[in-house]
Amino acid sequence: MLKIRKTFVTGFSTLAVLSMVISGCGSSASPAPAASGTAQTTNGNSPAKDSSSMERVEGGTVRVAMSTEPDNLDPYLSAATDTSSMMDNVFDGLFEAGENSELVPAVAESYQISEDGLTYTFNIRKGIKFHDGSDLTAEDVAYSYAKLSGLNGKEPLSSKFAVIEKIETPDDSTVVVKLKAKDAAFLAANIVAIVPKDYEKQSEKPIGAGPFQFVSYAPGQQLVLEKNDQFYDQERKPALDRVEFKIMPDTNSSVLALQSGDIDMIPGISAQGALQLGTGFQIVSGPQNMVQLMALNNTEKPLDDVRVRQAINHAIDKDVIIQTVAEGNGAKLGSNMSPAMKMYYQEGLENRYQPDVQKAKALLKEAGYENGFKLTITVPSNYAFHVDTAQVIAEQLKAVGIDAQIKQIEWSSWLEDVYNNAKYEATIVGLTGKLDPHEVLGRYETTYGKNFFKFSNAEFDDIVNRARTEIDVTKRADMYKQAQTVLTEQAAAVYIMDPSRSVALKENLHGFTMYPVQKYDFAAMYFSKK
Amino acid sequence: MRWNQLVRNKPFMIGGCLLVLLLGLMVTSLFYTPYGPNDMNTAMRLAPPQASHWFGTDNFGRDIFSRIMEGSQTSFVIGTASVAIGLVIGLLIGAIAGYWGGWMDEMLMRIIDAMLAFPGILLAIMLVSVFGPGFGNTIVALGIMSIPAFARIARSGFIQYKEFAFVKAAKARGASSLRIISRHILPNMASPLIVASTMRFSGSILAEAGLSYLGLGVQPPDPSWGRMLSEAQPFIINAPWYVFITGAVITAMVLGFNLLGDGIRDGFDKKR
Repeated sequence: MLKIRKTFVTGFSTLAVLSMVISGCGSSASPAPAASGTAQTTNGNSPAKDSSSMERVEGGTVRVAMSTEPDNLDPYLSAATDTSSMMDNVFDGLFEAGENSELVPAVAESYQISEDGLTYTFNIRKGIKFHDGSDLTAEDVAYSYAKLSGLNGKEPLSSKFAVIEKIETPDDSTVVVKLKAKDAAFLAANIVAIVPKDYEKQSEKPIGAGPFQFVSYAPGQQLVLEKNDQFYDQERKPALDRVEFKIMPDTNSSVLALQSGDIDMIPGISAQGALQLGTGFQIVSGPQNMVQLMALNNTEKPLDDVRVRQAINHAIDKDVIIQTVAEGNGAKLGSNMSPAMKMYYQEGLENRYQPDVQKAKALLKEAGYENGFKLTITVPSNYAFHVDTAQVIAEQLKAVGIDAQIKQIEWSSWLEDVYNNAKYEATIVGLTGKLDPHEVLGRYETTYGKNFFKFSNAEFDDIVNRARTEIDVTKRADMYKQAQTVLTEQAAAVYIMDPSRSVALKENLHGFTMYPVQKYDFAAMYFSKK
Repeated sequence: MRWNQLVRNKPFMIGGCLLVLLLGLMVTSLFYTPYGPNDMNTAMRLAPPQASHWFGTDNFGRDIFSRIMEGSQTSFVIGTASVAIGLVIGLLIGAIAGYWGGWMDEMLMRIIDAMLAFPGILLAIMLVSVFGPGFGNTIVALGIMSIPAFARIARSGFIQYKEFAFVKAAKARGASSLRIISRHILPNMASPLIVASTMRFSGSILAEAGLSYLGLGVQPPDPSWGRMLSEAQPFIINAPWYVFITGAVITAMVLGFNLLGDGIRDGFDKKR
């Protein structure tokens, strides 16, 4: 018996030591996150306000961590957003995307639209040169658009240009595009890259007319751009000499690389990574034009009842979700439009459904679901962000008697079952934004093939249909605002937030601006003296 | 194997202590946890270990200690059930193959070989992907994953013992095959099977943790150690206790079972 006790004693003392190690480790590390947490918020709220007082430096190299490899350097063949955000610096379009989802004239100086809305006349700026030294003329624009629309007899490369009937070039600086039908969404499509005529090696050595020119690309290592000295627009002339995109798939190592000074910028840093950074860096955050929502299948019982959908909206406290899942870095939404789309965003809708358990219960009672019901929330398992959101929502729905079960499925099954076939009750996903509101709101149209909300509303269809052919910009924006209000009133889904994109920059790197599309305009960036 | 022999065996005692402790946690969690394991307190997110939260809180402000307690049920149930499935089916296959031999042996063992060709976790991932994630399917997948190990051990035991004099004597006496298998051979095979069970038990718990880590096992918000570990990962720098404690508990459980198995095997070996 004596033996037993002895071994027990050794056993327990081992455990005691182990637990001491555990608690010791925990307490020593605990003050750190709180301290850096406060540092981060101050950083985030005042991005480079004091930059004007600093001395601007011409030249310099910016090294940027990119988490993915470019899929194709040819702007017409690439589908990845990360790739286009790099190559956008090499290529200019007739227009460039502006900060407020407006179109900024670039290659096109001005444009006119005919009365019937079918003929677009673009006046091309004179004196623009491609990186190989050749002139950019109307011919190049026509060549580019023929390629995109399939008018060159080949497969069309972009569905947005399928509406083009014919392209004419009356002179070197005029392009006339005729459309088959009125389409207000066409204008925003003209941000696409203009490429030199008959140059077919864009995938190997891209040539454009943008502020930076392509130098080299070593797969798995880096993609290098250099300043274009002949750039046509004096106001947008780059200050930086060189931009190096370093391929760094691991987010933790890119944070360490930024800390050690091996890179200067991380576009898209996680909240945890930002907390880790400490001083000497600035974090610029803003809405990324994404709509994170809990989609409700509007044809599935009991979600076919608008009162049930409204009750769910009242049951969910979006602020709590933003706090817990996004560390507070998100803009609360009320409809399917991000505030990043300043021109089209309908304000105030985010407060339509205040978190109110009593009201939610009353609405459920009215609809005949006094005792609640079971709800399955299907979530793509590869998005921890959405899975976390589902956990918070399930907890909140419990309070009004809705028993929410979370079902994680693989991304490919999600696309098949939920997105393509609408076989689900509720799902959480982020819809990435587009520059044109029609691409954002059009997915709620009754006739839209992948309307996985199964939302069908005559008023909404009518508004969106009229907006599609409305050429007047303000009237069109108003219509889309109305459409957003309909979505909110009908509680088509639970619109949660636009999770902010956070970009980490070295303290002395300035001029970074957020756009409603993923765009990094290095021409506007510059270093200051430390 | 005598009790006092085992008591003197250090691995057995250490493993036993660890498991008794964890089993105690599990039994307690059936009646009591300090906080509701799924209750969120968003005012206290990622709080470090302290008097009110022994293991701190996670990113939703849920008490990690309560979730570890609740999660131990998942681990024990999945471990026990999957080992039971593997043991019963594996024994059946092993008995048929080893006792009767012949073409049945050939066929069954080739199937087992085919199953062994896949790493166990891959097999489980495949099964869960086909039948869908969830508690029940995880148990079935992990059970199937442990069949080959048991089938092999059982087969070799049956081949060995069926040639022994006492089995032949029983046969000569006219005992039925079922009786010979259950009364004469099985009790002799108990020791390697018990050792294999403890090893498989820890294997299953680890595999469940792996599956849940990949999002294929137990579904949120119900706690599972594996999922807790995967949820803790993004906070490894800013809240290291979360990932450390969860990892330590999984390690303790697996270590406990392995040491216990080692100890039992040592005990058996000494007897021989």
